[in-house]
Amino acid sequence: MDERLKVGIVCPYAWDVPGGVQYHVRDLRAALVKEGHEVSVLAPAEDDDNLPDYVVSTGRPIAVPYNGSVARLNLGVRSTRRVRDWIRNGDFDVMHVHEPLSPGISAVALWAAQGPIVATWHSSIEKSRALQSMFYLAQTVLEKARGRIAVSELARRTLVDHVGGDAVLIPNGVECAAFSDATPFDGWPGPGKALFFLGRLDEPRKGLDILLAALPRIAERHPDVRVLLAGPGDSEDIVKKLPPDVADRLTFLGLVSEEDKVRAFHSADIYVAPNTGGESFGIVLLEAMASGTAVVASDLEAFRRVLDNGAAGRHFTNGDPADLAAVVSELLDDDAARAELVDVARDRAWLYDWGRVTREIVDVYRSVRMPGEKVTEDLRGQFVGRLARRSAGDS
Amino acid sequence: MSWWAWVLIALVLLVAWYLSQTAGRLDRLHRRVDAGHVALDRALLERSSVAGELAAARMPDPATAAVIGDAVHTARRADPVNQLQRSLAESNLTQVLVAAFDEPEAVSDCSELPGGEELMVDLESTTRRVELSRRFLNDAVRACRDVRYQWVVRVFRLAGHTPWPEPFEMDDTPPPGFGSR
Repeated sequence: MDERLKVGIVCPYAWDVPGGVQYHVRDLRAALVKEGHEVSVLAPAEDDDNLPDYVVSTGRPIAVPYNGSVARLNLGVRSTRRVRDWIRNGDFDVMHVHEPLSPGISAVALWAAQGPIVATWHSSIEKSRALQSMFYLAQTVLEKARGRIAVSELARRTLVDHVGGDAVLIPNGVECAAFSDATPFDGWPGPGKALFFLGRLDEPRKGLDILLAALPRIAERHPDVRVLLAGPGDSEDIVKKLPPDVADRLTFLGLVSEEDKVRAFHSADIYVAPNTGGESFGIVLLEAMASGTAVVASDLEAFRRVLDNGAAGRHFTNGDPADLAAVVSELLDDDAARAELVDVARDRAWLYDWGRVTREIVDVYRSVRMPGEKVTEDLRGQFVGRLARRSAGDS
Repeated sequence: MSWWAWVLIALVLLVAWYLSQTAGRLDRLHRRVDAGHVALDRALLERSSVAGELAAARMPDPATAAVIGDAVHTARRADPVNQLQRSLAESNLTQVLVAAFDEPEAVSDCSELPGGEELMVDLESTTRRVELSRRFLNDAVRACRDVRYQWVVRVFRLAGHTPWPEPFEMDDTPPPGFGSR
């Protein structure tokens, strides 16, 4: 039952530029290798010389406006040839394509291969007529993906509405063990209790304003409460608009390293997520839960899902500072309730651990494959390719 | 040659290209359906064999083990060609497993018995695989039918003698004790 698989993963975005899909592929590869599988990653790269040896580059990407932002993708004849070479020489048991609708090597790989293919949808796309017709054209290529995965309910809905058919929901993973242990910053959380906020300071949808508006009320019950803030943005700009009684309670960390982020979780009693929208998944909530920090979050649909409707963390009414203050104050008062919440949350975070998520993805691989079947180059419907194969005498 | 002959040749080539394209697409979809059937068949067999081991080891307790053993026996004896009979027998096994592992405590208790941990991991994986492969199979059947409904495919008999693709219906609820997101 536990045969080892040779997996080829296609990532359409530049490997050496940070991004969610890239991180997902990197972590998935690491987890697959840990389980004993063999993995090769195909991705564009700015600089071919500084790549880890498991990445095969398809060349320098170009900036393309896509889905409301700029994506760095590969297009063109040369990268197409590299994709074909990779498929032909890879001898893969399964090919796993990420973001198959992005106009880049993912679509090319789907077009050029056949056999056991799995595709993962990451982002959600607004419905529009132009895209609708593109999906129709892409249908013949998309139907090559035998197993389809969506990382969030929103991404799944995009897929089901636009393309039709079904997809299984397998969320992003969290490396739980990496969060369970860390040394808090000196003097934190302290007897006066501490809160933690993580996110862009000047992005209204991250909801820092709501937390700051709630802070005076929290301070009425907890006069020594402090707040740790991490994330990019101009902190002076924020401080100068605040009364000194609120400003003095804030400590800004700026943009933090992965390691300091874990320390920050351990330096606080409560992680507050006052986001007002735009979240399709709550990966940071899971990181807080894995760290053993109690979570208070707005009642967005994505957050309710992660917190199991309040069982693994408290919710407050989205956009309401008074409610946030009440929920936080009550939770700071009650050490026993907080400890219980942290216990439930830690167990729940393990449901999203990379180890478990990876086992589910491997189950998907096994569910699309006949024993012994391999991914091969698809030459059908392409006259040139067919003639080439004929003359080679193996058709 | 006059212009209309060129147009005719172009038209014939275009139709030929389209037919060959569609035949290739259909062939791929049939392979996808076949792979779906094979994967589901394998997942069901593996699930019943894990459940059988559980019953043989008298886990989680002798009474439940007897019920599981009976359900496994029925599922194993079901005629693989008779879809309805098989679907009922496998659904029955599903319901027995759901009842046996209805909460996380039932799973963790069983994991603590000797050899139980490994069996629980296998049971979780195989029940999930049954659910996944059935969904992928039915999705493949839907995609394949969409193409076979096209008039071009029917008129030119592009599907040949390949049987009409059928989905597989059964209850594949995973046992709630394994936790859900």
